Amino acid sequence: MTTIAMQVNGKEVTADVEDRTLLVQYIRESLGLTGTHVGCDTSQCGACVVHVDGKAVKSCTMLAAQAAGKTITTIEGIADGDTLDPIQVAFHENHGLQCGFCTPGMIMATKDMIARHGTDLDEKTIRSELEGNICRCTGYHNIVKSIQAAASAMAAAE
Amino acid sequence: MGAEGLGARVLRKEDKRFITGRGRYTDDYDLKDTTYAAFVRSPHAHARIKNIDVSAAEAAPGVVAVLTGSQLTDDKIGGMICGWMVHSKDGSPMNAGAHPAIAVDIVKHVGDQVAVVIAETNGQARDAAELVEVDYEELPAVVNLKAAVKDGAPQLHPEAANNISFDWAIGEKDATEAAFAAAANVVSMDITNNRLVPNPMEPRVAIGSYDPAEEHYTLYNTSQNPHLARLILSAFVGVAPEHKLRVIAPDVGGGFGSKIFVYPEETVCLWASKRIGGRPVKWTSDRTEAFLVDAHGRDHVTEAEMALDENNKITGLRVHTLANIGAYMSTFSSAVPTYLHATLLSGQYNIPNIYAEIDAVYTNTSPVDAYRGAGRPEATYVVERLMETAARQLGISPVELRRTNFITEFPHQTPVIMAYDAGDYEASLSAALSASDYDAFETRREEARSRGKLRGIGLSCYIEACGIAPSAAVGSLGAGVGLWESAEIRVNPVGTVEVLTGSHSHGQGHETTFAQLVNERLGIPIENVQIVHGDTDKVQFGMGTYGSRSGAVGMSAISKALDKIEAKTKKLAAHLLEASEADIVIEGGQVKVAGTDQALGFHEVALAAYTAHNMPEGMEPGLKEGAFYDPTNFTFPAGSYVCEVEVDPETGRTEIVQFVAADDFGTIINPMIVDGQVHGGLAQGIGQALLEGCVYDEDTGQLITASFMDYTMPRADDLPNFQVSTTKTECPGNPLGMKGCGEAGAIGSPPAVINAITDAIGNNNLSMPATPLKVWQALQQTSAAAE
Repeated sequence: MTTIAMQVNGKEVTADVEDRTLLVQYIRESLGLTGTHVGCDTSQCGACVVHVDGKAVKSCTMLAAQAAGKTITTIEGIADGDTLDPIQVAFHENHGLQCGFCTPGMIMATKDMIARHGTDLDEKTIRSELEGNICRCTGYHNIVKSIQAAASAMAAAE
Repeated sequence: MGAEGLGARVLRKEDKRFITGRGRYTDDYDLKDTTYAAFVRSPHAHARIKNIDVSAAEAAPGVVAVLTGSQLTDDKIGGMICGWMVHSKDGSPMNAGAHPAIAVDIVKHVGDQVAVVIAETNGQARDAAELVEVDYEELPAVVNLKAAVKDGAPQLHPEAANNISFDWAIGEKDATEAAFAAAANVVSMDITNNRLVPNPMEPRVAIGSYDPAEEHYTLYNTSQNPHLARLILSAFVGVAPEHKLRVIAPDVGGGFGSKIFVYPEETVCLWASKRIGGRPVKWTSDRTEAFLVDAHGRDHVTEAEMALDENNKITGLRVHTLANIGAYMSTFSSAVPTYLHATLLSGQYNIPNIYAEIDAVYTNTSPVDAYRGAGRPEATYVVERLMETAARQLGISPVELRRTNFITEFPHQTPVIMAYDAGDYEASLSAALSASDYDAFETRREEARSRGKLRGIGLSCYIEACGIAPSAAVGSLGAGVGLWESAEIRVNPVGTVEVLTGSHSHGQGHETTFAQLVNERLGIPIENVQIVHGDTDKVQFGMGTYGSRSGAVGMSAISKALDKIEAKTKKLAAHLLEASEADIVIEGGQVKVAGTDQALGFHEVALAAYTAHNMPEGMEPGLKEGAFYDPTNFTFPAGSYVCEVEVDPETGRTEIVQFVAADDFGTIINPMIVDGQVHGGLAQGIGQALLEGCVYDEDTGQLITASFMDYTMPRADDLPNFQVSTTKTECPGNPLGMKGCGEAGAIGSPPAVINAITDAIGNNNLSMPATPLKVWQALQQTSAAAE
């Protein structure tokens, strides 16, 4: 067992975890933040993307112990009270989700994508950046549209 | 059309919980004192179990129990069933071999359940599962369809000689043979429809919970049809009596067919919870398990021939298909290659003679059952590949060949059961050709050639049959259930509405579209409408969601229940307003006397129904109505797709540069959601055509493509933006005129893609998935033939 402490969605948390506990297991099972999902066992699908110190990370690729001392943001932590993040709004307004299972990972990956590339995103960049996130419902068409809309909204707000 | 009524592009009510991470999927449920199940699965495709030693596992930390198939048998728990009886040509019933929830003597595919370990944590259960020692005697295995039916092939079930569960036929054999004998031209093809893995993003989960005091079971599971699961688990598997079993399918992360079926793990979790004294037992599939044990789709090998007369009219179609059903017959596996496949072989065309033979074949592979489209993609692929090939052989335009043979008068009775009720195939074809600028294609081909690219165009005109009904008809064809749907409308005293539906939403947006129907009829805002589904304690019965049936069948039931609500509302309002019932209209949330300013709010009438202070003579208090709706026929969505590709001759890589879909879905409730359904279907169909293919090792029966690293799921950069549009002929068979849109994209797109690639490379010999390697090899054949 290892004792770990980290900040998750602005709160300090501490726990004793088995050494082999993955970050995603810790987030889902110990913290009860079930918005982060597990869709595969080979780090391909991206349903488990969270931010670790502001960068998108597949939380199935990291031990909880490796996240000790770091700042974690999950899908539950990006809205400001009742005010949704512009990316959340864009996914809703552009029908960028169907079953919703990949959605938290898509939104967290998008947030990182826009942070790295800026709001001037073309379709080719978006599609290429989504390599690590699989959706089986939407055919990506409306996800791409959602990301473009989010980037535009964020550019307009700047 | 109101802002929230039928036809309005209303944003989804259900989105908020999903975009904020507050969806509640089965794995998110954490019941008190839960134990965790890990299955010991066969590493062999075919083997005899000589001994199972569980002692080391039982002694491992945290282990609560280790259970095997013999204990399941001791407790008289039955096996999994196939719910659709199909008869062979000679009239004999299909030979369905036993399908125990945990294998007892012989394992029949890699991943077959051998034992289950229940422990305090998931990690402990998995650790201990590694300690279960199974002594296997390996048996020869067969995974290839053609090899499986040969004499001397390894046999899976003693009931099924040559591994054939049934050899079924449809159509008139002699008349079809006569048509071929008289034909001016015959086109023949060998066609393989590749095996696919459905892969909804949420893996399956089951939580079984037994309450010893009440002798009551609860199952939380990832199901498209919780009531069907309850029925099968109680009436056939016998794990719990129906009135003592509650099945809850909460938010479900996609299904695509694979979550229709009743699987062994659900049975085992319910049974195991009782065995261990009532603590909940939770099993969460990992992705590798999903590849190994979720039912797969497609996997047909077909010989197909089309006969044409001198005017290029099709006079006959002859098909012989070997359909892989895997190691066991899954819930609807018998219906897919027969009644959902061969009955669609007429396509959009007037074909006077059709004869199809379907052999359902056991192999040492995962069970095969319905996957998005279920039989209809296979039929469309056969018909539309034949059409394109015939046009090439005859040297005529593929558009003209289709137009020459289109059905133009309705109703139209095909020679293979289906009676098409309505359609306008020319309308969708014209829309697709126009949107794709089909006529100017040769200019684009030339331009691509100047860049060193081979450009091709391919067409597909599909038909599908949705709704799968009426119940009496499917019953006569062997279905074990009726395929109606139920609904209940509960108007609350304050005038808000709950709709209880037997349909199940796992991405389709029912919470929005079903509320739109209530808005259209009662004029109340959709935020005042709650859709309740997915819980057998709340909804009395229902048949679930698959086969694009929730609109045409599920909403028809809601519509019928709303008829009754409206009737009672009018009657009560007439009494309260002292007006004639015939003069009452419901508009914009008001119940009015037409042509006057007399009106009551709908909520006022609702309240009056519950206070019951002033009711017409004989009227019961309350405002709640239910309905069961059984359709009069299948519905027949149809459309035309045009795919345009560019192939890089150096690498064989295909890029889809344009994809146009023109669909006729009848009445549309929410075009935003319909477009999304088409996009998703197209992605799965294009995935089948270009990327996805399930591969078993022919010698060992090992599944080689058992992860997302080995099985190519379509990614965003594999797909284009889609140009989708709709044309409309209303379905005369249901009150809303709806046809269904969930599967069209996956049905119509594969032949369009392959027709486009084969056009580009000038070689018709290409199978799915058309990987760069295969396309490159086909190009080498083309150039070798040219030399």
